[in-house]
Amino acid sequence: MQKTLTKKEYQKYVDEKSPNSKTLRNVIRAFIVGGIICIVGQFISNILKTKGLGQEETASITSLLMIFIGALLTGLNVYDDIGRFAGAGSIVPITGFANSIVSPAMEFKSEGYIMGVGAKMFVIAGPVLVYGISASVIAGIIHFMLS
Amino acid sequence: MATKRIGKQTVKLNNPPSIIATASIVGPKEGEGPLRLYFDEIIDDELWGEKSWEKAESKLMRETFAKVLKKANKTAEDMEYIVAGDLLNQCLAANFGLRESGIPFFGVYGACSTMAESMSLGALLVDGAYADNVVCLTSSHFCSAEKQFRFPLELGSQRPPTAQWTVTGSGGAVLSSKGSGPYITHVTTGKIVDMGIKDVNNMGAAMAPAAMDTIVTHLKDTGFTPESYDLIVTGDLGAVGKEICNELIREQGYNISDIYNDCGVMIFDRERQDPHAGGSGCGCSATVFAGFIYKKLMEGVINNVLFVATGALLSTTSSQQGESIPSIAHAISISNSIQ
Repeated sequence: MQKTLTKKEYQKYVDEKSPNSKTLRNVIRAFIVGGIICIVGQFISNILKTKGLGQEETASITSLLMIFIGALLTGLNVYDDIGRFAGAGSIVPITGFANSIVSPAMEFKSEGYIMGVGAKMFVIAGPVLVYGISASVIAGIIHFMLS
Repeated sequence: MATKRIGKQTVKLNNPPSIIATASIVGPKEGEGPLRLYFDEIIDDELWGEKSWEKAESKLMRETFAKVLKKANKTAEDMEYIVAGDLLNQCLAANFGLRESGIPFFGVYGACSTMAESMSLGALLVDGAYADNVVCLTSSHFCSAEKQFRFPLELGSQRPPTAQWTVTGSGGAVLSSKGSGPYITHVTTGKIVDMGIKDVNNMGAAMAPAAMDTIVTHLKDTGFTPESYDLIVTGDLGAVGKEICNELIREQGYNISDIYNDCGVMIFDRERQDPHAGGSGCGCSATVFAGFIYKKLMEGVINNVLFVATGALLSTTSSQQGESIPSIAHAISISNSIQ
């Protein structure tokens, strides 16, 4: 570097120069798309209940169907477009979880079914599972101790 | 005694090689951009009949190599060296795409600065009379780069506005000791500059100080002024990095605003194509140079160009370990006439 800014000054300068994400726009989009996904889930759930399924079966089958829809839309190359528009709105619901598993599986298919699909499938969802399951175990232990 | 060196980082070539031909092949998105008419070929499918993104990128390299030889009216036997590289681990696209070429091969890695790096080395080889004909090549592919550096393509995620879009494309040039220009007259080799930027979604800001450093050093070493050039063009700083680079250079006492552009800004229409801050990747500067800039030089619309390809020398491992992004910029001075 020639005579110029320190690293700290440069970082500050870059922060001023770099446009921020449009947070309000993104939040509104996330709210709308996330809401629509939940409405679809509720719709499926209500139909299942009218068919006489119990609370627990309804919840399980609804989740299964939502996962299927997420996976299918990923396979059809649609979910990434939804995600680019909706951001967290399509990442947070369970369809986003399906997307995070199916997309690496598709991407790494070229490296074979073992080291490609099998090994890489959880590359994004893996940390969620590890810490989600760990947290639930800890919560379970606390619950057990208190009751 | 290194008699050809001038200043700190520059070599003035006594026997400037001519760039006798260039070739470029780009992907569908680049083929819809503002420079579409300048590329030799636009592929309509990113897999291009191959089974993986990596194979497709290797094919880009292979086909560009064949095309540039054909345009130069040369055969592989006429070539003494290939200097090539790309973004993928172990320079996969270059090594596999060119494995059947049968020509002595130097694989280089300069991230997105590879085109200027390979042309620098090629020019030095020719100037030093180690070779009469050298091919310089590079490529990048949006899908293989996303797979290696970021997330799977179908993952539904958002990118911040400072992020850039890796160009799918390959560009190549044949440098020759015989020819009537455009000539590579000076080579200014960049040094690694790291200003502590860690945001992998803001590579333009990480690379801008390296670009500034090389451009300012080049001007000091050669005694040239911005008026010596019709165009000073950086590789892939994008809109954010371009503005920063321009301002950093002004702070050093040079005003290049009127003749300054950036390949990452030129290759896409930011309003219509939504590449966020602009294009990036080895293929960005390579195809813009091989397509647009070279043709403008041949037409005589511009006569003196400083081509400064910029590279962010990070790896996925380094960024996961919290490292900042070291960057580099290599410059070559290209002129239609020799003083």
